[in-house]
Amino acid sequence: MTAPTAGGRVVAPLTWRVARLVERRVETATAQTLVLDVPGWPGHLPGQHVDLRLTAADGYQAARSYSLAGPAQGERIEVTVQRVTDGEVSPYLIDTYAEGDPVEVRGPVGGWFVWQTDGTEPVLLVAGGSGVVPLMAMIRARRAAGSRTPFRLIYSVRTADDVIYADELRRRARDDQGLDVAYVYTRRAPEGWRGEPHRIGLADVNSHGWPPALEPLCYVCGPTGFVETAADLLVGLGHPTRRVRTERFGPTG
Amino acid sequence: MSPGFQGRPRSSAPDLPPGQYLTEDFPVLSAGPTPRVALDTWEFVLTSETGAEHRWSWDELMRLPQDTPTVDLHCVTRWSKLGTTWQGVSLDTLFDGVDTDARYALAHSYGGYTTNLPLDDLRGGRAWVVHTYDGGPLPAEHGGPARLLVPHLYLWKSAKWVRGIRLLVDDRPGFWETAGYHDYGDPWREQRYQGD
Repeated sequence: MTAPTAGGRVVAPLTWRVARLVERRVETATAQTLVLDVPGWPGHLPGQHVDLRLTAADGYQAARSYSLAGPAQGERIEVTVQRVTDGEVSPYLIDTYAEGDPVEVRGPVGGWFVWQTDGTEPVLLVAGGSGVVPLMAMIRARRAAGSRTPFRLIYSVRTADDVIYADELRRRARDDQGLDVAYVYTRRAPEGWRGEPHRIGLADVNSHGWPPALEPLCYVCGPTGFVETAADLLVGLGHPTRRVRTERFGPTG
Repeated sequence: MSPGFQGRPRSSAPDLPPGQYLTEDFPVLSAGPTPRVALDTWEFVLTSETGAEHRWSWDELMRLPQDTPTVDLHCVTRWSKLGTTWQGVSLDTLFDGVDTDARYALAHSYGGYTTNLPLDDLRGGRAWVVHTYDGGPLPAEHGGPARLLVPHLYLWKSAKWVRGIRLLVDDRPGFWETAGYHDYGDPWREQRYQGD
């Protein structure tokens, strides 16, 4: 079989592979990380995503896209699933899907919202809620590659209980040189946090981001309204639009 | 098979391509910040393969015959939205008087986005430059002031913030196509990624 060509590119078709659940980690009351074993997994870049596909007994199929949460470890990948109220796929993955069960995986997908581990420009990550997932993949890939590239993460969450990867972020902010983590709480701030709960604003991005003169790469991921706001703030501060990469998620199941 | 997976109770939805689910709201997906384009500087440019340019200002576009298509939208991320209503100018109107032997088109946007389509898919009453959604001005996050609307292909082909179309003798992949998405993108054949 010849690989299809398009515009001079030689590309292999993305195939569905049968993966199995090997481990599950509870992250928050509504989010869990699934560790999947995917025979033949070709590897991926931090920021890329996969499609997961479920098949019911009557043949009905439902597929959704999930960001990869970390660099591949051999044929193991991780996704973090946030429960969507009235969702079709996420409640199954959180409540029913069991160790050893199959799920079909296709990927990796996406080549724009990615960070190259040999990059040296400062990086600003701006996460809203479960938008932290592909950004955490970048933080973990940075660590795995031994990169010293300066990273800053601004993470907007409702309350401290909603922080995904809370323990690991605390540890990495302490141990990973050149990684700063700042939080914005929108509903309830933990004790000792300075300031009132608020939605992300100019002061947050200005205080915890990089000045445009340092020419950082900015990655913004979260719900549509959050991304619109954060990306507009960055552009307003003078970051060139081409250096502000966004990933928005709307309703998915 | 996924043990214990039943899926959502399914009503018959004959208008839904395979792998899609219905949504009532209007999700936003784009790769960068939303461009803000002032109407007095907005323009739309058709460039033929010989380099001949056909330009329309906002006022000129508004003076052209207007269509009001009601169409279904299908996003590659699997949501579909049925029966959306728009107003805009048919590409047939814009191509009227454009002399070309090109077979391909590359739409380009304010903000730098590009996407490729066969030229035939932009003609024959199947594509528009739209400026009005659901009775009001098209919001910037959905591509306003004007976007391409090619509802028979996945929505990434309906370039938001459209600025022009370049006619090409040879196909040239656009932004998402270079990143692994399909060159054509027919939702009914689930042409999501290269090789599908």
